[in-house]
Amino acid sequence: MIRKIVFILAISLFIQTNSATAGSEGTEELGSSSQNTANECFEGVSRAMFKFNHVLDKAVFEPVAKGYRALPSPIRKGTGNAVDNLRSLLTVSNNILQGDFKKAGITAGRFGINTTVGILGIFDPADKIGLKDQGKEDFGQTLGAWGTKSGCYFVLPILGPTTTRDAIGLVGNVFIDPVYQITHNTEIRNGVVGNGNYSEHNYFYYRGTGAVDFRAKNIESWDSLEENSIDLYASLKSLYLQNRNKKIANSDSTIETQDDSDWEEIDTN
Amino acid sequence: MKNKFFVIVFIILGISHKSFAYSSDPKQFIQEIVDEAKKVLVDSNTKEFKTKKLSEMASKTVDIKGVAYYTLGNYRKGLNDDQMNEYLGLFEKYFLKTFSSRLTDYSDPKIDVISAEVKNPKYTIVKSVLLATDKKPAVNIEWRIYTKDPNKPLIRDLIIEGLSLARAEKEQFASVIESNNGDITKLFDTLKEFISK
Repeated sequence: MIRKIVFILAISLFIQTNSATAGSEGTEELGSSSQNTANECFEGVSRAMFKFNHVLDKAVFEPVAKGYRALPSPIRKGTGNAVDNLRSLLTVSNNILQGDFKKAGITAGRFGINTTVGILGIFDPADKIGLKDQGKEDFGQTLGAWGTKSGCYFVLPILGPTTTRDAIGLVGNVFIDPVYQITHNTEIRNGVVGNGNYSEHNYFYYRGTGAVDFRAKNIESWDSLEENSIDLYASLKSLYLQNRNKKIANSDSTIETQDDSDWEEIDTN
Repeated sequence: MKNKFFVIVFIILGISHKSFAYSSDPKQFIQEIVDEAKKVLVDSNTKEFKTKKLSEMASKTVDIKGVAYYTLGNYRKGLNDDQMNEYLGLFEKYFLKTFSSRLTDYSDPKIDVISAEVKNPKYTIVKSVLLATDKKPAVNIEWRIYTKDPNKPLIRDLIIEGLSLARAEKEQFASVIESNNGDITKLFDTLKEFISK
């Protein structure tokens, strides 16, 4: 049943993307200075959704994140490490799809060492022997690396900012995330691996914990953004699109990811 | 006697001026700013003192006019002189308020200035890292330094974990203008409202 829903979602998003991409192509091709921009799919709805998410954050996510922040540092660090360790399996799948076998090997090696020596990923001994974290990858990034344009921008309830490409990526993640497959695949649960420990709700605990950990690490950053924005919705959109652009470029170099053309014509001395 | 007196005065003024001048080397320039900010951001200083000192630092080290032009994007071409002067005045107040507000929450930040990379004769990117604490992970901060006058480098942008703050500001301003059918005065009203908060 869930597979059917996911399939229908994928198809409908694919259709939506095709039409949205056709509509937004003009803006995307305007020039290099617009590399971080994307047209709005339906700004009014997105702004309403943004307000809804904001209220939900104030009521639920922020208090939970603050409670989590009150836990002793080693517990938070261990929790964050364990979640990141599970999340790295999705990264390996995407590394392979992007043809980046070196990073796939390092990330898989990190997973193996941290899951065993690092006690289910709570500790990060792989880092100490030189296997550094290679960053996270998802299917939206893979689509971007394959040349798919972002399509238009919108805001999802609870999940937040996205583009048509990244929304398809969210659906794609389901198919290539080993954690999702193990927790949702009934054949594995009933036969091959076989016990209740792999049931579906564990996947949502893992994702939920990851979200709380992320929110807790960004309490001050978000407060500062809120306090210093004249249009918080536009600020978040800009930062989201810049971040995706940087991740798809797979580069930490500002020289490669930041565009200079807008600055070039401004001379003040 | 009179001449000697003037020479001494000039030397003293020269020395004191030198002590307030920042290095012309972009990496050293940022190192000096970071060191100065650290002294300001110690816990014992009041928020008002931190705000005042950070604003003074920003006025000397940031190309506020350049950032103001950039942030307005192509809309700046449609402004007359009076509007431009009004905008530059508002932007400076807005910038200094947000700049100091963003930083005053940090107490005793530990920033390592790592390297400098020349992009072209006008720009150098200085890389630094805000070290992790037990509550927050490490943050990479890059500084876009305007070096057209090589003797007086100025900051034009902060790029935090690859995200440009100037670009985010620019897109905010464009959003305000566009949602008011291109009326630039609505942006001025929004800035005034923000400044007076």
